[in-house]
Amino acid sequence: MADLRKIKDDLRVKMSLRENSNNPESLVQIKVAMATCGIASGAKQVMDFFIEELEKRNIQAVVTQTGCMGYCFAEPTVEITLPGQSPVVYGYVDTKKADDIIEKYIKNGELVEGIIPVNYETIENNKEEK
Amino acid sequence: MAKYKMHLLVCGGTGCHASESESLLSHLKAIVTDKGLENEVQVIATGCFGFCEKGPIVKIMPDNTFYTQVTPADALEIIEEHVIKGRKINRLLYIDPENKVHIADSKHMGFYKKQIRIALRNCGFIDPENIDEYISRDGYEALAKSLTEMTPQQVIEIMKKSGLRGRGGGGFPTGLKWEITSKSVADVKYVVCNADEGDPGAFMDRSILEGDPHSVIEAMVICGYCIGASNGLVYIRAEYPLAIDRLKTAIAQARNYGLLGDDILGTGFAFDIELRYGAGAFVCGEETALIHSMEGLRGEPTMKPPFPSVSGYYGKPTNVNNVETFANVPVIINKGADWFASIGTEKSKGTKVFALAGKINNVGLIEVPMGTTLREVIYEIGGGIKDGKKFKAVQTGGPSGGCLTEKHLDSPIDYDNLIAAGSMMGSGGMIVLDEDDCMVSIAKFYLDFTVEESCGKCSPCRIGNKRLYEILDKLTKGNGTREDIDKLRNLSHVIKDTSLCGLGQTSPNPVLSTIDNFWEEYIEHVTDKKCRSGQCKALLQYVIDPDNCVGCTACARNCPVNAIAGERKGIHVIDQSTCIKCGACLEKCKFNAVFIK
Repeated sequence: MADLRKIKDDLRVKMSLRENSNNPESLVQIKVAMATCGIASGAKQVMDFFIEELEKRNIQAVVTQTGCMGYCFAEPTVEITLPGQSPVVYGYVDTKKADDIIEKYIKNGELVEGIIPVNYETIENNKEEK
Repeated sequence: MAKYKMHLLVCGGTGCHASESESLLSHLKAIVTDKGLENEVQVIATGCFGFCEKGPIVKIMPDNTFYTQVTPADALEIIEEHVIKGRKINRLLYIDPENKVHIADSKHMGFYKKQIRIALRNCGFIDPENIDEYISRDGYEALAKSLTEMTPQQVIEIMKKSGLRGRGGGGFPTGLKWEITSKSVADVKYVVCNADEGDPGAFMDRSILEGDPHSVIEAMVICGYCIGASNGLVYIRAEYPLAIDRLKTAIAQARNYGLLGDDILGTGFAFDIELRYGAGAFVCGEETALIHSMEGLRGEPTMKPPFPSVSGYYGKPTNVNNVETFANVPVIINKGADWFASIGTEKSKGTKVFALAGKINNVGLIEVPMGTTLREVIYEIGGGIKDGKKFKAVQTGGPSGGCLTEKHLDSPIDYDNLIAAGSMMGSGGMIVLDEDDCMVSIAKFYLDFTVEESCGKCSPCRIGNKRLYEILDKLTKGNGTREDIDKLRNLSHVIKDTSLCGLGQTSPNPVLSTIDNFWEEYIEHVTDKKCRSGQCKALLQYVIDPDNCVGCTACARNCPVNAIAGERKGIHVIDQSTCIKCGACLEKCKFNAVFIK
């Protein structure tokens, strides 16, 4: 039991370290949906594009992959979270659209066409209400 | 540089487009520019909100105001009242259908509760190849809680109380299955995850494994603790390479963190997981066939009993659950059985993931509480039928299921209602069909699949399904008779009653349900030799309308089999016995003289 707590605490410390060191709240976070549906539609190129271009354009951002968001009709899909704002999901993102997103949304906070509105509830929301 | 304080999101989905959202968008843009607000307010078109019934939709950020049925004439008021003066326009707010209250903030709209993500909680949210992200979302907490604070029996009680039923299609209560396996006495027991997803059009298990592999691993360890097993096996199709990859990565990470292995979380409990690859045979989704396949034998089912929970993998007690079932387990333990049981209907608790496919606008994965109606799924979440066509039917349950029609649109989806309607839950594939689909051809398509996938062990399935297919083929070629339809029905019942395993027992369902629900279409095929959707090529007739034909000879010149005769400037005629129904004449005719009868 004591061992377990220790491992758990270790993990917690590690998690908070990771979060603090990256300080994700102050960074732009980009998640690219990389399940079979996304990859088949070119999500890999889009993710590479984001990683390379953000570095070239000197924008601090965390680009990660994630699973299927469920909007398979609009793949590749990308979720962008600007510091202090709620996440926005863009659909049909090719490298041209990705360029638009970097220039307009990430730099200026100007929305780009192709937003997919969120239409589901998460278990966290559900908990708050109960 | 523009620094926007406010965003107006106008729905640009197909549904709203049809109700003047485009003109609304240009009105809003013009007024914003007119008022000199273009650097503060951005107006933009978005994808479908999935709320097409009340379109066009305008959502205003950041205050989350949700306006419905907005007309271009409302644009000025929105800008003047809401944007400039900050006063919400009550008239346009969404009205709660139950208590008739105007809802200002979209977060409180019932509509957003149509979908709730439990099994998909982390899909599209975390990085599936990073265990830390899973842990930071309460991952492995359920495991820690089970191992340190609860006895196996207590965990089983929670599972039983939650009312979770098998998501692979059968709907057997999960808690009960665990209890039965835990009571089997043996030196070795196994936990098996069934990731042999075979229904055409279903991809929820693949998406869970690709998006959140740790949730399945965690649940398998918990299951192992409950039933007293220390070996876990995932039976996964080799054609899911990405899912296999992610699962392998996840297993390695879990071992590294001491969450799999000899001494999990320092409790002394040992459990490890291995992968077994399937070659993609549909029958191997059946648990006994799956187990034989894992043993290296032919993937053929055997009689039950004995159930795998008594005698399974190498004769040892084996608990087989589906991927989605497992993905629900950690949440149930973390949030409690009562919470889970509060979602869904009386006999079907929780949510179900559906893969929407076919003639629907928003193809994708959705997760809705049990008891949601088909209408809500298709029209509100799925965004309606493609190209504004008419809904005809939805096929659920894959080759084992049936077709639900317009009359079922408003009945709540759960295990029992679907069976009562002549279909079944299946693993959750939903294929939407529109007026252009021929129901006889659909039945034939599924039978073709079953004939291919039948393992051939028992004769009703091996021979019977082949005969069903042949009769259907005859019908679609225009050679069917009334007696053939009766034969179809009788043979279907024989196959259902006498087949060995679930594959054969359910394979005639697509035939029976299409006969029941689309009787007129079958009759048309045999008596009038007509296919109303135009799918059955053999039943079509290309005809030239003498009133429109000007004798240009374009059709005759393009006919690959020289079936069209006629003088230049004279009326042309198609010889039906030579015509191969390729449609070239219809395509080439500039005078709309060729039509399909």
